[in-house]
Amino acid sequence: MNTSSQQASKQTFHPYLPFYTLLKREVLRFFSVAAQTLITPVITASLYLLVFGVSLGSKIDLYPDLTYAQFVVPGLILMGVMNQAFANTSSSIFIYRFFGGIVDLLVTPLTAPQFILAFTTAAMIRGILVGLATFLISLLFTGLPWMHPFLAAGMILIGAFLFAQFGIIAAIYSKNFDALSMFTNFLILPLIYTGGLFYPVSHLPPFWQVISRFNPMAYLIDGFRQCILGFGSFPLWLDFAVAGGISMLLFVWAWRLTVSGKGLRT
Amino acid sequence: MTTAPALSLRKLSKQFAGKSVVNEISLEIQPGEIFGLLGPNGAGKSTTINMISGVSRVGGGEISVFGHDNQSEFVETRRLTGVMHQEIVVDTFFNVDTALKLHAGYYGVKDDPQWRELLIDRLALGPHLKKEMIKLSGGMKRRFMVAKALIHKPRLLILDEPTAGVDVELRQQLWAFVREINRDLGTTVLLTTHYLEEAEEMCGRVAIMNEGNVIALDHTRSLLAKLDEKRLIVHLTEPLAAVPVGLQGALEEGGKKLVLRVEHGVGDALQALASLGAQVREIETQAPSLQEAFLKLTKRKV
Repeated sequence: MNTSSQQASKQTFHPYLPFYTLLKREVLRFFSVAAQTLITPVITASLYLLVFGVSLGSKIDLYPDLTYAQFVVPGLILMGVMNQAFANTSSSIFIYRFFGGIVDLLVTPLTAPQFILAFTTAAMIRGILVGLATFLISLLFTGLPWMHPFLAAGMILIGAFLFAQFGIIAAIYSKNFDALSMFTNFLILPLIYTGGLFYPVSHLPPFWQVISRFNPMAYLIDGFRQCILGFGSFPLWLDFAVAGGISMLLFVWAWRLTVSGKGLRT
Repeated sequence: MTTAPALSLRKLSKQFAGKSVVNEISLEIQPGEIFGLLGPNGAGKSTTINMISGVSRVGGGEISVFGHDNQSEFVETRRLTGVMHQEIVVDTFFNVDTALKLHAGYYGVKDDPQWRELLIDRLALGPHLKKEMIKLSGGMKRRFMVAKALIHKPRLLILDEPTAGVDVELRQQLWAFVREINRDLGTTVLLTTHYLEEAEEMCGRVAIMNEGNVIALDHTRSLLAKLDEKRLIVHLTEPLAAVPVGLQGALEEGGKKLVLRVEHGVGDALQALASLGAQVREIETQAPSLQEAFLKLTKRKV
């Protein structure tokens, strides 16, 4: 048989290419199902803006010189970022595991940090795209003062990173789709909604203020809002310290799980 | 300098829920070999392959690929290895062309259009490149999986039941291509198959696994010869009442067909028949198939 396989050149190994390729795959994946991954969350955020920004919002008076829409928009942006970052890593890795496609990655030279960071970066991109779209739509309803724009961007990055790690961990521990949805419905959503998304923690009765201090989401939402509006319920350094600390904790947890192969390798 | 084996397993073990699935197996495959790993379902073949490729964690013992340890130097061993799994695994989000390019990247190699097109050509994937994976037939998915396993030009190719449930045409094309890359690129091949005639035809050496143990490991021909099961089939004009004394075998077809084991040579058997005055109509010899060797060996251990 006449074969041209002999002419094939020798392959050069590019150590970072596995990471870039998985990142590219993940971004292509969520764009290929954009109706579900990008458009739906933006529509949800728009409905929140419509309800709280236009109809109900005009009746709520929290602070002088600040509309309720201005108060609630930062939280809605951050919620979009965090939810979508979680959804991306958790659903993608879980589907990979559940349908066996994960073996395609397990047999490659992809290292554990590359595995985590590729999924994380893609999840952050999806989260930030949804956050950006939510912000642009919010401009139809209200403007924001953007007191510390760079710090605000920093908190968005930390929030997206943290929830991407959480998504990896949830995907590895979940044994079925029900278990995965439990993470969203019984953990993520309650934490976000009770974390001061629609109200300032400082306006709660003292007992609930204490309870809120144990909700890590309260610090992320408060921190981001503080960067935009210039004031909040907790000191800004504490918001960043808690958000950064939890991010690192979850990253180490996700890393250890991936290195051990739990839920990934038999 | 001696060349490192393409694959070396040393006391490789694996347990699932306290049950030993692979039990301290050791074997070496030399560069350029086509090696067959055979055994019944549940023998431990796929578990062994999963440990080599990285899908399963190594339970005990060591694996090295071209001299590299597959745990401490996994980046090296995985880029040297290409594996086609038994279960159909495809990335349903993409079409064939995109998925192949992504696979090259996962292995850290840039897309080589010349090589990719060669794979597409040899595996007849050309008309299906833009099709979504879920729209491919089972046979097409298997062709894609072979291309996927080879896209980074591995030096060790592992094929786990590659022809299970595929038509004769694909089977022939696939084996022709495996021989081609083995011959032209020197790719070492480790394959498992249930079609023993394929292993017999393709593999220079085979190992037979049963219940987690390697129960035979030899050159395919030597393994068959060792079994010493060459048979002499004598068709008789008149039926015999019993197998002649001194011969080992059985009577079939109402005594008109005598199937003899020829441990002592054909001459002895014919002499014995002649002394009985038996009328011989036709004589044929039959070599054992790997199927028989396989059944005999596995049965022995059950």
